[in-house]
Amino acid sequence: MSDKNMQPAVYNDSVVRQFSIMAVVWGVVGMLVGVIIAAQLIWPELNLGLPWTSYGRLRPLHTNAVIFAFGGCTLFATSYYVVQRTCQVRLFCDKLAAFTFWGWQLVILAAAVSLPLGYTTAKEYAELEWPIDILIAIVWVSYAIVFFGTIAKRKVKHIYVANWFFASFIIAVAILHIVNSAEVPAGWMKSYSAYAGVQDAMVQWWYGHNAVGFFLTAGFLGIMYYFVPKQAERPVYSYRLSIVHFWALIFTYMWAGPHHLHYTALPDWTQTLGMVFSLILLAPSWGGMINGMMTMSGAWHKLRDDPILRFLIVSLSFYGMSTFEGPMMAIKTVNALSHYTDWTIAHVHSGALGWVGLISMGSLYYMIPRLFGMKQMYSKKAIELHFWMATIGIVLYIASMWIAGVMEGLMWRAINPDGTLTYTFVEAVKATHPFYMVRLLGGMLYLGGMVVMLWNVLKTATSGHPTDAAIPHLVAHA
Amino acid sequence: MDILFLLIPLSVVLVLIILGGLWWAVYQGQFEDIEQEGSRILEDD
Repeated sequence: MSDKNMQPAVYNDSVVRQFSIMAVVWGVVGMLVGVIIAAQLIWPELNLGLPWTSYGRLRPLHTNAVIFAFGGCTLFATSYYVVQRTCQVRLFCDKLAAFTFWGWQLVILAAAVSLPLGYTTAKEYAELEWPIDILIAIVWVSYAIVFFGTIAKRKVKHIYVANWFFASFIIAVAILHIVNSAEVPAGWMKSYSAYAGVQDAMVQWWYGHNAVGFFLTAGFLGIMYYFVPKQAERPVYSYRLSIVHFWALIFTYMWAGPHHLHYTALPDWTQTLGMVFSLILLAPSWGGMINGMMTMSGAWHKLRDDPILRFLIVSLSFYGMSTFEGPMMAIKTVNALSHYTDWTIAHVHSGALGWVGLISMGSLYYMIPRLFGMKQMYSKKAIELHFWMATIGIVLYIASMWIAGVMEGLMWRAINPDGTLTYTFVEAVKATHPFYMVRLLGGMLYLGGMVVMLWNVLKTATSGHPTDAAIPHLVAHA
Repeated sequence: MDILFLLIPLSVVLVLIILGGLWWAVYQGQFEDIEQEGSRILEDD
């Protein structure tokens, strides 16, 4: 009936809606597991004596849920939203896009079942066993086809900078996943890594750090570069800077992995390489932070009344903080104190709750009303409440873990004049107890904020109706 | 350190891909009229 040459009139916001809602749902789930395991560290009885609820099995459930379920769905939702609008064209291949949604939910479900059952490769952020790894690869290739296919049929010649960040994130994650998950099956849910010993450790932490660098950084910088200008109604401060720091960032990140292996059996030169590139990485990272922050030039007053903008801008401050802290911790002498302590946890969570969490929330609050034909979220006060709960939660979390971490590091290394250790390990464990309580409180606040968001999102969705935005009629720029 | 036999060639391939991408972008005119591109996203929607 319709002329095949006619461009469809609306964007594919259906898949964006699906991913957006599930991002909020998985956010609550993943953070709830986080609160449970934080409580288990204080009260071991909460392990319940059952294998499926033991800390060792729930911890990877938490990390996978918050990174891949919450973070992943947010990335799918926002990248699909942004690529369509910046290319002024509907997503390439609706069926494949739908497959990425259902495929990704299946991956999440498979994780939620297999991890408590104890199926694990024991590789951090890559715990899922080989059948699920294959499914991830299939979904990811489909994602790449949809995303790059959309760029290929764009009606705007220029590829907006956010799409470069998304593109690099998609390609990098594909490479990282395939290389690190190389494993030999030895049963339906059992495999052995293709690598062994310190080589396996190096591949694992090349993967692990680039999961942070590309999944949690490049991808979310893509989000930042669209939603901050849109919400502030200001163009990116320096478009030139965005291009320069993009190339610097994606090149430098790849080399930082060895900083996870300081003072291990990894060769000294590799450790030094990782340390040096981690320090260099500070510059392109701050390029991104400064660019985002300075976009607020002339619009700072908007922060007074706009809680969504607050989420976006505060996320950038935590991004700046974490990307300063990270290089510092990558210095060998600093790492000698921080490694294996709760300082590492503090650092992870300042980046995860502060940067990734807040920018996700801000961008979801931007998109969701529009996806349901509403001018704004159901309750602006609830967004404000969420902002304060989240921010206070983050501060309690990281401050308590900083203190615990540095204390652990100092207690572990304290020696008496006769050369014996001053403290037993368990004494250091005891000393961190009050800080674990404060961390639990911080985490509960953060989870509580997410629950407020879920309520607000559901009220918004039920007050409005699913709406696909019209593609503006555009004279194709040559 | 046998993994280097994998990692170094892989990194070189990656760098070539990155350089290829950058070359394509420059020659395709992605970086013409840069200042205007940042504002374009504010126009629609």
